[in-house]
Amino acid sequence: MISSESNETILQVRHISKTLGDKKILTDCSLDMKKGELKVLIGPSGAGKSTLLQCINCLIMPDEGEIILQGAKLYMQSKKELCAYRTKVGMIFQDFNLFDHLNAIDNVAIALCKVKGIDKKTAHGRAMQELERVGLDSKARLYPAQLSGGQKQRVAIARALAMDPTVILLDEPTSALDPELVGEVLNVIRELSRAGMTMIMATHQMEFARAVANEIVFMEKGVIIEHGTPAELLAEGAKTRTRDFCTTLLSMESGADV
Amino acid sequence: MHSLTVILQALPYILQGTAVTVAAVALALGMGLAFGVPFAMAQVYGHPLLKKLVALYVWFFRGVPILVLLFLFYGFFISIEFMVDPFLISCLVMGCTSTAYQSQIFRGAIESLPSGQMKAARALGMRDSQAIATIILPQAMRLSIPGWANEFSILLKDSAVCYVLGTQDIMARTAAVAARTHEHLALYATTGVIYFILTIIVLKLLHNLETRMQIPGYSTGAGFDSGAMA
Repeated sequence: MISSESNETILQVRHISKTLGDKKILTDCSLDMKKGELKVLIGPSGAGKSTLLQCINCLIMPDEGEIILQGAKLYMQSKKELCAYRTKVGMIFQDFNLFDHLNAIDNVAIALCKVKGIDKKTAHGRAMQELERVGLDSKARLYPAQLSGGQKQRVAIARALAMDPTVILLDEPTSALDPELVGEVLNVIRELSRAGMTMIMATHQMEFARAVANEIVFMEKGVIIEHGTPAELLAEGAKTRTRDFCTTLLSMESGADV
Repeated sequence: MHSLTVILQALPYILQGTAVTVAAVALALGMGLAFGVPFAMAQVYGHPLLKKLVALYVWFFRGVPILVLLFLFYGFFISIEFMVDPFLISCLVMGCTSTAYQSQIFRGAIESLPSGQMKAARALGMRDSQAIATIILPQAMRLSIPGWANEFSILLKDSAVCYVLGTQDIMARTAAVAARTHEHLALYATTGVIYFILTIIVLKLLHNLETRMQIPGYSTGAGFDSGAMA
């Protein structure tokens, strides 16, 4: 694991709080991301996982708290700084959000052209590399409506990778997928982690979390309840909320099969 | 037999009015497009005050009949003793009205796009203006074509009332010949056919545009599904 070789903290999320209306969605959430680390956010729906990830990317503006990327504190009021920051912090959405009017390669290339100012030919070359990386170079000319859910999510990952992000945030990347398509997306994420990409991922895929995550962060009602390695939190007999939650998930799954 | 002779004699004269009608409608639609898109964006993304102003504008031009507006604008220019060609007043009135209607077509299209499109664009580091120009508008404009075709066909027919200001369009020329020959039935039937043909031609062109701009894989129900051929 690369994270154990390097202890450099590249992203610090400190004391993030967010209230929407009169509902407190996030309360004092803090995270430290080390280079090459994969953190998994676990928790019941409505726990604030998605809001936290979107706050880290300032797609939702946090009310309080600060974000420090590679030692530099983000000044959230500056649109220019925000745009530059977002190119370094990629985002993968539950429902893919591919640009419906662009084919796969243009989906990947468009931000290279518009944001990084790279010429179209070079951008397409780079986009093709990223599509190859997620195994979709043969689908480059297809439009989102012609791709399966798993393929769409892999294009979305390629699109994020093309920007050379420092960190990637994944908001339940497999939750909108048919069960048989989950594997292909998780495989891509596993490969990225092996290659040293720093990632925070909200998910309900407990087996994946157990096998691949460096750390599990358990959230409930907008609060980070506990965090630790999968081994610590999921150990046989461990008295953790994470373990309770997993047991509930498993029993629900087996209950649904009957 | 007499009717037919009148029609044949009057037809070249009436058809010259087609150029006037087409020019007026084209100018008005162009103006509606040029202002309707920014108005729509102002209403969706703008400052609350700007939204209010646009809403007020739309409310006014949707609420007052074109015929009334024509006299209103005409009266206004007379009152400031500024001579404007009736043709230009007609274009202006229709353009202002069309701006109101078109802005609502585009607003509806923009708001019908999933919010995730904007989020994804922002997440890639795009400025809002870039996201709107490269992600939102290209999709919204496609969705607007059917509504826009509707707006065209309504405006073309509304343009007939502009004859009250003395614009030499199809309608005005027909009225002039009818007053002289008293062949109302035959002449207005002919004029009806001219409007009908103009409408059909342009709607066909717009339908072709819609089909050509269709995003592969999406079925609009307008033609064969060209998608799902992976």
